[in-house]
Amino acid sequence: MKIVYTDVLVIGGGLAGLRTAVGVRKRGLDTLILSLVPAKRSHSVAAQGGMQASLANSFMGAGDSEDIHFEDTVRGSDWGADQQVVRMFVNTAPKAIRELAAWGVPWSRVARGSRESVVNAKKITITESDEAHGLITARDFGGTKKWRTCYTSDGTGHTMLYALGDQTIAHGIPVLERQEALALIHENGHCHGAVVRDLITGELTAYVATATVIATGGYGRIYKVSTNAIICEGTGVALALETGVATLGNMEAVQFHPTAIVTAGILTTEGCRGDGGVLRDVDGHRFMPDYEPEKKELASRDVVSRRMTEHMRKGKGVPSRYGDHLWLDITGLGRAHIEKNLREVKDICEYFLGIDPVKEWIPVRPTQHYSMGGIRTDHTGQSPTLKGLFSCGESACWDMHGFNRLGGNSVAETVVSGMIVSEFIADFCQTEGLHSRIDTGLVREFMQREQARLDTLIHGDGTESATELRERMEQVMMDRVGIFRTGEELGKAVTELQELLVRSRNIGLRSRVAGANPELVSAYRVQKMLKIALCVAQGALLRTESRGAHFREDHPQRNDRDWLKRTLATWNSEADTLPTIDYEDIAVHTMELPPGFRGYGARNHVDHPDTEARVAEVERILSEIPEADRFARQAALMEYESLLPEKLRGRNERLTERLP
Amino acid sequence: MTGQGEGAARRLTIDILRYNPQDPESRPHMETFELDEAPSMTLFVALNDIRDRQDPSLQFDFVCRAGICGSCAMLIDGRPGLACRTLTSSLGERITLAPLPFFELIGDLSVNTGKWMRAMSERLEAWVHSDADVDLTRLEARMEPELAEQIYELERCIECGCCLAACGTARMREDFVGAVGLNKIARLRLDPRDQREDADYYELIGDDDGVFGCMSLLGCQDVCPKELGLQTQIAYMRRKMLRAALFPG
Ligand SMILES: Cc1cc2nc3c(=O)[nH]c(=O)nc-3n(C[C@H](O)[C@H](O)[C@H](O)COP(=O)(O)OP(=O)(O)OC[C@H]3O[C@@H](n4cnc5c(N)ncnc54)[C@H](O)[C@@H]3O)c2cc1C
Repeated sequence: MKIVYTDVLVIGGGLAGLRTAVGVRKRGLDTLILSLVPAKRSHSVAAQGGMQASLANSFMGAGDSEDIHFEDTVRGSDWGADQQVVRMFVNTAPKAIRELAAWGVPWSRVARGSRESVVNAKKITITESDEAHGLITARDFGGTKKWRTCYTSDGTGHTMLYALGDQTIAHGIPVLERQEALALIHENGHCHGAVVRDLITGELTAYVATATVIATGGYGRIYKVSTNAIICEGTGVALALETGVATLGNMEAVQFHPTAIVTAGILTTEGCRGDGGVLRDVDGHRFMPDYEPEKKELASRDVVSRRMTEHMRKGKGVPSRYGDHLWLDITGLGRAHIEKNLREVKDICEYFLGIDPVKEWIPVRPTQHYSMGGIRTDHTGQSPTLKGLFSCGESACWDMHGFNRLGGNSVAETVVSGMIVSEFIADFCQTEGLHSRIDTGLVREFMQREQARLDTLIHGDGTESATELRERMEQVMMDRVGIFRTGEELGKAVTELQELLVRSRNIGLRSRVAGANPELVSAYRVQKMLKIALCVAQGALLRTESRGAHFREDHPQRNDRDWLKRTLATWNSEADTLPTIDYEDIAVHTMELPPGFRGYGARNHVDHPDTEARVAEVERILSEIPEADRFARQAALMEYESLLPEKLRGRNERLTERLP
Repeated sequence: MTGQGEGAARRLTIDILRYNPQDPESRPHMETFELDEAPSMTLFVALNDIRDRQDPSLQFDFVCRAGICGSCAMLIDGRPGLACRTLTSSLGERITLAPLPFFELIGDLSVNTGKWMRAMSERLEAWVHSDADVDLTRLEARMEPELAEQIYELERCIECGCCLAACGTARMREDFVGAVGLNKIARLRLDPRDQREDADYYELIGDDDGVFGCMSLLGCQDVCPKELGLQTQIAYMRRKMLRAALFPG
């Protein structure tokens, strides 16, 4: 039995995992990273659009602050977010971007003087100040009041991931590539590491650690068409679920991005619309202003995706052999802008569609894009129920996105949470004592269990095909657990997914080798994916309201009275075919920003009984301190700074808010 | 709409070089698969179709499937390229696929570029070297907007390995750092945040495994999927390194 010991085992080599590993390494701990693929190929590399941080350097970002970033994020979440976590996040995002700048990310910069830009389909002139010249600039994104999304031309995720990948190498942190975690080792509510399979040799190794971090990204690939990389299968999240102890939060909160190309599902960035692109229908009509007069194409993603679908249902879609779609028109931006700031989009159009977006409209439709749900953690990134298990990045639900995340907030979250969580992990390791003794008997038990499962697949007499089950699951999720949901369709989805899960216990393989074996991989992954799909579908079925990206046609109102709660899913026993669903209340009486209208989408919700009182209290508190500055006003409403690791506290300097 | 041939569907014949070094019985051989071409079919779609419906043991690597991550470089009709964004309609009815040469073979079309890239990065110390103690609460250091763009241009490399697969020097010198390595050093050299000087870079690439190994055959630039100006960068670095050698300090 092969056992490797380390202090901190990081599962996942995307932005979140890398930043966490660098953080704990800097605190002097031994760490290693496991990844399915070379770290720089993780899905994070595909983020084109940008990273939100309220630097307020550019003219269109002037006046921005943590406060506005906070409000945008909470409204975007449809009040599902944990507001203290959002505060921690918005205060750390400027620090995160400045750290990445020091590590070499070539952020696009403010250039002094005037330039033409397109806003709301009109050309305007923007004049940048001398003072801001050379500082990090920002672009417009959906659901934000200010231009806050910092970027590097069209390759934000690439430059961030490469800078962090390089830091990982500089710190001598091993990244063990083509390694797949199959199960967590745990006992009595403590996590001790993971059983890991080498994808080249098929060999199993136990990694035993004081702290284990899951930073494995989203679960988009349970859907047939997704913008996600093909490795975003949610198997990392399933590791936590399969312990039966850790919980998953808000799994039904799944985001659909308005503009993925038809049919490949490849994303064209929100930067297209942020930079002035518009959506058109079969008649060439720009329809979004009809639905959303204020934010138009730049309402939050859940709203734009629904409006597009609604419009297509009215018969205004463009028919094609792959079903209806709409047009994304960026021709107004001009060749120079597209070739510099949206080059990746141009490449995608050329290679996958054979069109030139400078001259032609791009066929798009809403497509699965982001997983708000994930492993439930507290603000330190630790599972409240399984000690020693941490999670951050898209795989986690700590929970800053609630039921809808804003574009540009995700890559920001990955690094911010990596910075914060790594400090708490280091503290945890210090108090826990390193290499806390664990019984090799326990390790052996988990190793044998996983080996037995693999052996059953390889040598067993199962008759089901993994490919078939998987294709069916993807289709069910697409057809019945999509943008518009109803109790009836969701009920059918849950029933069929349960049948598929039962069948997946009887998969048989055609290629029976133990080493590199793509069919075997597909088999054990689909078993996990079906459990994730069931958490999504069952959560969606039970939530009889609409909130953020979760929209029930049979319950179109947001219902704070009954549903201002976070969904928690556990998988109690291997024999179960359904997750056990529970809820935790989101307290209104401590909110800095009590629930209200988002400012876009439908103005239509049922209030929570505590809302009125809290609104009055907020007004009263603020009226008592009329002279106070914004920091004091914020602190009077909701304390959060003490929750941050000490070294990450402190104000962020801006041109207009200089530090002494 | 898609600029795709809408004519009669073709029957494609795909010859794939198969070999599984993990399996002592396995010998390198060509295997032929046939499938019906579909509209907008890429090699990503075709290979997955073959694996799902014909041979579940076929090995290959795709991650982003959008031409961004660099995982799927292989020899397509003998030429290095990214399989995910290659439309079958741009190829003939008979297509030959082989793994990228130069890198360790994992199996069939899958090669270990990641391992090589990590070793290269360690050897070239390919990260921003800075001992500046940055105060994260303060305004970031300024950078000229054009300089940021220039750095980004070089940073666009996706470490796919095509340049090495097309490189004459790499065929003879297995320790050659390739266009990918030299481009990375050029990128770091341009970056004011990296405090190293030419003499330091000379230590890393001032030999035949580095910038003086390049024979200017242009193979790298011809096949680079990101169309990086690799030859210009290498020529420029060669001049700078010569200068560093001739006029140290
Ligand atoms: C096309 C696209 C564009 C986007 N653009 C933006 C944008 O402009 N701005 C923004 O804010 N967000 C954007 N996002 C979202 C954002 O990119 C992701 O949410 C974020 O990068 C996730 O990072 P991560 O580190 O959590 O996970 P990932 O980058 O997905 O990394 C997951 C890691 O886990 C590893 N892994 C997974 N399972 C296992 C296992 N079982 N064992 C071992 N290793 C495992 C993988 O190998 C990988 O290294 C975009 C998303 C998409 C799909």
